[in-house]
Amino acid sequence: MKLMNSTNDLLLVTSSPHVHSRDSVPDAMRDVLIALVPALVCGLYFFRLPALMVIVSCLASAYGAEYLCLKLQNKPVPVREQSALVTGLLLSFCLPPSLPLWMAALGSAFAIVIVKHLFGGLGHNIFNPALIGRAFLLASFPVAMTRWTSPIDGVTTATPLGIMKEAAGQQLPEISQLFIGNVSGSIGETSALAVLAGGLYLLYRRHIDWRIPGSFLGTVFLLTALIGVVTGKGMLFPVFHLFAGGLFLGAFFMATDWVTSPVTKVGRLIFGAGCGAFVVLIRLKGGYPEGVAYSILLMNVVTPLIDRYTKARVFGGAK
Amino acid sequence: MNTSTFKGGIHPEGHKELTCGIKTSTARVPDKVYIPLSQHIGAPCVPLVTVGEKVAKGEKIGDGKGFVSSPIHASVSGTVVAIEVMEHPGGTFVPCIVIENDRLETWHESVRPPADPEALSPAELRSIIFNGGIVGKGGATFPTHVKYNPVEGSKFDTVILNGVECEPYLTGDHRRMLEKPDRIVAGLKYIMKMADCNRGIIAIEDNKMDAVASMEKAVADESAIHVVVLKEKYPQGAEKQLIYACTGREVPIGGLPLAVGVLVNNVGTASSIADVVETGVPFIERSLTISGDGIAQPCNYQVRIGTLFSELISECGGYTGAVERIISGGPMMGKTVFSAAVPVVKGTSGIVVMKKSTAPPPPEFACVRCAKCIDACPAYLEPTSLVKRAKRSLWHEAEAENVMSCIECGSCAYVCPSQIPLIQFIRRAKQAVLAAKAKRQ
Repeated sequence: MKLMNSTNDLLLVTSSPHVHSRDSVPDAMRDVLIALVPALVCGLYFFRLPALMVIVSCLASAYGAEYLCLKLQNKPVPVREQSALVTGLLLSFCLPPSLPLWMAALGSAFAIVIVKHLFGGLGHNIFNPALIGRAFLLASFPVAMTRWTSPIDGVTTATPLGIMKEAAGQQLPEISQLFIGNVSGSIGETSALAVLAGGLYLLYRRHIDWRIPGSFLGTVFLLTALIGVVTGKGMLFPVFHLFAGGLFLGAFFMATDWVTSPVTKVGRLIFGAGCGAFVVLIRLKGGYPEGVAYSILLMNVVTPLIDRYTKARVFGGAK
Repeated sequence: MNTSTFKGGIHPEGHKELTCGIKTSTARVPDKVYIPLSQHIGAPCVPLVTVGEKVAKGEKIGDGKGFVSSPIHASVSGTVVAIEVMEHPGGTFVPCIVIENDRLETWHESVRPPADPEALSPAELRSIIFNGGIVGKGGATFPTHVKYNPVEGSKFDTVILNGVECEPYLTGDHRRMLEKPDRIVAGLKYIMKMADCNRGIIAIEDNKMDAVASMEKAVADESAIHVVVLKEKYPQGAEKQLIYACTGREVPIGGLPLAVGVLVNNVGTASSIADVVETGVPFIERSLTISGDGIAQPCNYQVRIGTLFSELISECGGYTGAVERIISGGPMMGKTVFSAAVPVVKGTSGIVVMKKSTAPPPPEFACVRCAKCIDACPAYLEPTSLVKRAKRSLWHEAEAENVMSCIECGSCAYVCPSQIPLIQFIRRAKQAVLAAKAKRQ
């Protein structure tokens, strides 16, 4: 009998499992980019050419910084893995459309070089790079970072949260305008509707866990509803806080960042709730009208602690 | 309590449609069989025959020493032509007894049915099963008789027959439940007698509703036995996960199923038990699935132990093209072989042949903490965290994180989007922890 595989024709030997789900980090990053398209379209529609320029600056700077960092470390530059573009795009979404382009590019490079690669690159950063990029720009260029323009015509104006906090006399926008995003604010955050559409896509693709946006938004709503009832501001108050500012963008795209959020289910609930509580605290009692970025960054710090104390019971262990 | 499945797990593509509708046929009996002296967990057998000796079908040709052992038998009649070391489908090299088939199919005198199988005592049944060389057919090949030995102070209250068959491609148990449901029920009754318990469960996943109907019909008159339908999910057939899904009981860390009063056997093992008890024929053949995209005509075969993979593959019409891998068992927990010149052993549940993939293997990325491995782990471990320990050789920390609770189902590595070989690192950690334990003692 002739063997179909003699010893000269050895087969590939691998360790089990011999099959894979075919899920991959590059595919997940591609899906995040797809999920950001609705917010991108809204941002471009409302804030026109200046927004486009800021977005392109951030993307180009992020990609260039990533390329240089990898080259300097003699690491291969992956063809399909586009997490740097996700960082760049997310950062541009939380910047004012009128920001000078060099500032946008600087913030983007800071996010990639300092926050991502100096901490060890993909998977090793402690903080969300895009949010640190924004915090860095806000600390460095406070005037440019708080100069807001109205949609379409680009006239300088205050954001809805700014009006709420500092300019009590001015007219607040309609909730419906707030929901579709026809208000002043950062490029990609004004339309809760567009961000929600992208967030639902990520949930559908199972890239994010509902627990983080669920407990994040839920906490903001419950706390502001409580305050609304106690102070007599009514139920429009929590609805306003839900749709205003960068809450949806933060809850669906920033707080859910795999690398910087907890890995346990209970931990994610705690993480989201913590983010929500900080948002309400900063918005109502802090110096800034908006607090989503700092809230998430503060919770990023405690992520390892949350993971440690919410470890699941091992199967067969004491209940 | 969730009685329909376990927590965690994955949904790999089943590919069972390739073979689940095809009736099991009998493979051509080969001219030579290669019977490894080690086909079970435990000490290998010593040969009872010498080169040149005539052997009869069913004759004991190797015997084990010690409590956890199991004898081996000639699967054909003929002449022993060699005892030589060759590749075992488990990935090791072991001595094999090579028998040239004389095609007379002469039965050995020891193979004879008992006068009255119903009258056999549990001890007699255990002895028949031991002498028949019965080991678990699910893949772990634990000598079956050991499971029923009474242990002071503990008692079984439930026997679960595992008809889950959650490995992709494999349909041997599925076909058996359709084709020989009565043999399975008969075996279960002997098992219940040996285990001295009066509750029997046959667990089947909901992707095999025809098997559920077949088994329900077979147990229609049995008040102590019922069929439990479980959700399709991998690794539903893992012993501890199966017990949890059927009874809601968790086997304690490091414990045996006996700790929760449950005994688990494979449906195939049950029918082998019925066969050896009622006919006296020892474990010399088994059914297995030959499938995969590299096989021309996937099917289920009844095969003599010691038949070479290559012969069965030829009988299935050969390969469809350039072949990359041949897996003994299923693709999740099976082992790849160096070549097709390896024999079918008692634990071979399938042969899966995979064509050369055109895509290059994806690169490994760093862990991005997506937690998919944690969500998939049926033992509730944190695979990514164990891997970080293993990469730094922090074996004590891995042990403290219960690395030994890992059942090596491979779900973590299957889902990892960074393509990290998680289970491979965890196996390394388990070996190191075992070695450290052995040193301490």
